[in-house]
Amino acid sequence: MNNVFVYCESEEGIIAEVSLELLTKGRSLADMLNCRLEAVVAGVNLKDVEKQIMPFGVDVLHIAEDSRLDPYQTLPHASLLINLFKEEQPQIALMGATSTGRDLGPRVSSALHSGLTADCTGLEIGDHEDKKVNKVYENLLYQIRPAFGGNIIATIINPDHRPQMATVREGVMKKETRSAGYKGEVRMLDVNKYISPEDFVVKIIDRHIEKSKVNIKNAGIIVSGGYGVGSKENFNLLYELAEVIGAEVGASRAAVDAGFAGHERQIGQTGVTVRPKLYIACGISGQIQHRAGMEESAQIISINTDPDAPINSIADYVIVGDIAEVIPKMIKYYKKNTK
Amino acid sequence: MKSLKIIVLAKQVPDTRNVGKDAMKADGTVNRAALPAIFNPEDLNALELALRIKDQLPETTITLLTMGPGRAADIIREGFFRGADDGILLSDRAFAGSDTLATSYALAQAIRKMGKFDLIIAGRQAIDGDTAQVGPQVAEKLKLPQITYVEEIVEISKSRIVAKRRLERGVETVAANLPLVLTANGTAPDCRSRNARLLMKYKHAKTVSEIQSANEDYLHLYNDRPYLNITEWSVNEIDHDPAQLGLNGSPTKVKKIENVVLQAKDSRIIPANDEGIEELMKELIDSHTIG
Repeated sequence: MNNVFVYCESEEGIIAEVSLELLTKGRSLADMLNCRLEAVVAGVNLKDVEKQIMPFGVDVLHIAEDSRLDPYQTLPHASLLINLFKEEQPQIALMGATSTGRDLGPRVSSALHSGLTADCTGLEIGDHEDKKVNKVYENLLYQIRPAFGGNIIATIINPDHRPQMATVREGVMKKETRSAGYKGEVRMLDVNKYISPEDFVVKIIDRHIEKSKVNIKNAGIIVSGGYGVGSKENFNLLYELAEVIGAEVGASRAAVDAGFAGHERQIGQTGVTVRPKLYIACGISGQIQHRAGMEESAQIISINTDPDAPINSIADYVIVGDIAEVIPKMIKYYKKNTK
Repeated sequence: MKSLKIIVLAKQVPDTRNVGKDAMKADGTVNRAALPAIFNPEDLNALELALRIKDQLPETTITLLTMGPGRAADIIREGFFRGADDGILLSDRAFAGSDTLATSYALAQAIRKMGKFDLIIAGRQAIDGDTAQVGPQVAEKLKLPQITYVEEIVEISKSRIVAKRRLERGVETVAANLPLVLTANGTAPDCRSRNARLLMKYKHAKTVSEIQSANEDYLHLYNDRPYLNITEWSVNEIDHDPAQLGLNGSPTKVKKIENVVLQAKDSRIIPANDEGIEELMKELIDSHTIG
């Protein structure tokens, strides 16, 4: 009872990266709260799934193995969590801010009348004093996220309702195992006790899932463009530079919204979080939502016509200029000095 | 019967996508007045999905439901101009401070009052919060299935829908019986523009509160043309449990709001000329950052 739960997404028995990152965060929260870390996984091919999950310091792993549970569908997975949470009364429940977690989380939180905060960029434990009722709440989950177009950072709490639920995007938390031989208990769930036949009213009739071709999350160098790049054609300059120096191309949300680059390249709170050794920001103004996804880059170069662009203040190098002039020079002098 | 009753959930939002320099006041707080209020973009995708069903099944009726302050009637008018048949504004101080759950509760209670329907379509998420929670939570409150991230309705009949969903790494096509809740993804078709004839027809559409402050010369219009009256419901018009409304009905509380303060790094300004950039590239190569 009152433990930290992580919902683990699985496909054919493979646990999603974001779930492993959340197990890492969940372990440290459980340590701070002096409680246990529990994980839930539902799907197929879960025979050896504990080998993937336990090393992250999981004390109890709940497994719901049923061919009807993979691929993910809203209602059966929601029923599973709702009924399991009613029994186990977790204090915290975390899931990935993926198309699965963002579909599932609100449904579960509504049924349990518990609060949910989407796309958190930080999770901490802290106290809260409610002066109106003169009450102190200890060890609440601080759910930290940018809000209002990224102009402010809000800390959200759920003082009176449990579980305290949060979703987090892939890449925001670091993935780190606790110990290879960590011993936890496996509990096989009796699926029909949690899920009813009426949960299968939506039928999947076709599904095309591609392996992501773009790998910005693990790229060592990223050349990233914002709205200031100006056009899809100008974005080609970024691809040229990336090609020459061995980088991936990323984009801010404004650039993706404007159609300059695809969603799979989006960096920021509502995209991917990256930590490359070099981040070259081209025509990016640097709203907090974008910075949340890249500010841990080891080095940052900002190329912007606006000397006061917010991103310049977190950049190691600032080039005030037009990318159409600066990028060809970078290519030229890279080539000249590497031969 | 070859028609559906569709409810479209829509929200008026500050245009956070175009935050200019004047959007922040000198003291670092948000200057709401500098942000125009707009029809939430993905709610326009939701309206378009509904209008396409109406194109196919012309007897279909589309009712826009929105919760917000009095000025949110703007988006109901906007819906009329693009082809919605009816609109309801849910507006009351009792709803102030609602988080997504309290919002979903109020919307679900209004929908119960609206009577029989076949389909609810909402935008995936609103740009002022980006939570994507209200659609699924309304579905749960009404005990209906949900189909999220819809970009195309492949087939629709009075009783069944086939829809294509956009996921992170692909697409999924699903089928289900009505009624249910759909959320429209930004990749769904853009909403058609205003129709000149509808614009003329509905430009004077107003809520009761707006009529009270309207020019007296126009008042006869609202008796002569009942369709110009936008329905406005206060909290008393819906069946409700006060404990589930507004701030009290919201499990999540805002503990702290911080304005974004940049921790300025010691930036080096690189001249945008050949010498400056060659120097920078050499430095990056020498430190094995690149190359």
